[in-house]
Amino acid sequence: MLTITDLHANIDGKEILKGLSLTVKPGEVAAIMGPNGSGKSTLSYVVAGRDGYEVTEGSIVLNGEDILAMDAHERAAKGIFLAFQYPLEIPGVTTMTFLKAAMNAQRKQRGEEELTTPDFIKRVRAAADKLGVSQEMLRRALNVGFSGGEKKRMEVLQMVLLEPKIAILDETDSGLDIDALRIVAEGVNALRSPDRSFLVITHYQRLLDYIVPDSVHVLSAGRIVKSGDKELAHELEKNGYRDYVADAA
Amino acid sequence: MAAVQETVDKVRSVEVDAYKYGFVTDIESDMAPKGLNEDIVRFISAKKDEPEWMTQWRLDAYKRWLTMQEPVWARVNYPKIDFQDLYYYAAPKRSPGPKSLDEVDPELLRTYEKLGIPLREREILAGVEGAAERRVAVDAVFDSVSVATTFKAELAKAGVIFCPISEALQTHPELVRKYLGTVVPVTDNYYATLNSAVFSDGSFVYVPPGVRCPMELSTYFRINEKNTGQFERTLIIADKGSYVSYLEGCTAPKRDENQLHAAVVELVALEDAEIKYSTVQNWYPGDSEGRGGIYNFVTKRGDCRGDRSKISWTQVETGSAITWKYPSCILRGDESRGEFYSIAISNGHQQVDSGTKMLHLGKNTSSRIISKGIAAGRSDNTYRGQVFAHRKAKGARNFTNCDSLLIGDTCGAHTVPYIESRNASAVFEHEATTSKISDDQLFYCMQRGLSGEEATALIVNGFVRDVLQQLPMEFAVEAQKLIAVSLEGSVG
Repeated sequence: MLTITDLHANIDGKEILKGLSLTVKPGEVAAIMGPNGSGKSTLSYVVAGRDGYEVTEGSIVLNGEDILAMDAHERAAKGIFLAFQYPLEIPGVTTMTFLKAAMNAQRKQRGEEELTTPDFIKRVRAAADKLGVSQEMLRRALNVGFSGGEKKRMEVLQMVLLEPKIAILDETDSGLDIDALRIVAEGVNALRSPDRSFLVITHYQRLLDYIVPDSVHVLSAGRIVKSGDKELAHELEKNGYRDYVADAA
Repeated sequence: MAAVQETVDKVRSVEVDAYKYGFVTDIESDMAPKGLNEDIVRFISAKKDEPEWMTQWRLDAYKRWLTMQEPVWARVNYPKIDFQDLYYYAAPKRSPGPKSLDEVDPELLRTYEKLGIPLREREILAGVEGAAERRVAVDAVFDSVSVATTFKAELAKAGVIFCPISEALQTHPELVRKYLGTVVPVTDNYYATLNSAVFSDGSFVYVPPGVRCPMELSTYFRINEKNTGQFERTLIIADKGSYVSYLEGCTAPKRDENQLHAAVVELVALEDAEIKYSTVQNWYPGDSEGRGGIYNFVTKRGDCRGDRSKISWTQVETGSAITWKYPSCILRGDESRGEFYSIAISNGHQQVDSGTKMLHLGKNTSSRIISKGIAAGRSDNTYRGQVFAHRKAKGARNFTNCDSLLIGDTCGAHTVPYIESRNASAVFEHEATTSKISDDQLFYCMQRGLSGEEATALIVNGFVRDVLQQLPMEFAVEAQKLIAVSLEGSVG
């Protein structure tokens, strides 16, 4: 599914990723854990194709295709979805308008027909009901005045509607209370399938009680320094990152 | 061509003595030489077979103009205009137009395609030789004539007068004389005064008392719309208790040989009357280096003359190299209301200096200003607005909201409000924000599948939503497309 090999990436001339390698198999939920400043968010941005990050070495291959030369919107159409740690507000653009624009933009790139309005509305309603997103929220401008929990639910709603091949969750648990965390996790779990992978980036083990990973990887100073199963997450929770930070240095 | 022949015949019948006017003109060729003097003004008036008072009115304007100075206070830069180097009547073709669409700038054609303009109309807009004539011939059989006829019949039934102002001078001279120049006086400003002397044509609308105009009036339906030229003059009168909505302009970028445009629009709303005036302006903004492009120096003003009258301006400005435009309201009647909703987009090397004036004279008058300026490329976008309350304007209220959005870091947005209250009971509120489309917002949208340009257009459309909602439905849809097209190339 996703194969990252010896990835080196700079921002403003500063190297953040220093030879990162990682493979995520179809249907796998891989957790990336690591201390602050280890390069977790940079990894998600580089995979999603954000401007300003310069890849100096290595490759990112999605389903056999090298995606490094593609723009962010092209990668999105190929099935990469990033759930943001801090979802952006788009004033004046209703959530419905945004969802339709995004879904149709991806379909257009893939050479598919645009959705008809009834079909679109049916899909949104079904997904919104499951996630407890109200009709009123759908009519409001995207993320404007939403609470932290509402914004994260909106991210999951978009994920459901855009049906990605690989979803990256960047610190999705930050700023969520337990109830909101449960709703978000249920949404993600409902999307798990043999042909969809997840990269769950988190600082704390807590989220992984709800979204149980198949593999856990420790990111430190721009490289994966240890990989294991879900037990590794518990170990980190107990001992902290101290050992790995020292290792990397 | 019958109409031209008719004009020629008419002018002949006036027995114009060419020598008397100090130049030799072949009337058949339907043009006056370059430059401006009293004779040219007389010539224009004679060509239109105008009554003597009108000729005199023009001449007074011309004499006044000679004593005036070109204004320099706007935040715009352009080479000095040589007013003697311009044609003031039916400017002849200095260079022949393209013979077919193959010879037209492909960039322009691409824009037409994006806006979904039918092929035949593209030819006319691009100035392909003979295209307009062919169209007249074809449409005369199919839609144009029948639409226009139905349209005219329905308006006549309601008693609404809607015709070229030159025609109104023949058929309703008393109405024109009563109102012309009462909102924008002949002496108002340099360009308005020039317009008064040499205006070519424009629209005239009169809605009788108590009549709600049965349809939106659009320049599209006006007969003889062609060749209204660079000095357009529009006069709209809504009599007591009437209502009219008027649409001006076109979303398609229009090629025009005239670089200077100085139009005047006057609106008069009597007691309990309401006028809604919507504009979409998309004239040629010049090439990527800022060469060419139209200078748009317009004077638009509405007079809420009667109590409880209302005038509302809505504009979407995307074209022109330079825009100098301040649609204003004089709130004379008690409890009258003025509104100004504006979207001004500048890209490339465009310069926009636009805004409004709300002059509160009557009691309990209210006004509302919502201005959205968007600057991209190397453009400069200035909002300039005045809110004034007279000493007698008790209870005057104004709400102003000016938002500017910057795209990239080589453009400028400026807000210049002038607020003056001469009585203590007036309440004026002013809000202004300047924001930038953030890289975060762009990336967020792109991560969901939108290209950089699609993302910019979506964010900008959100930014201008309050104003778009003021436009008539089909106009709003076109305007939305237009915004996307005007911002092309602004993301790099």
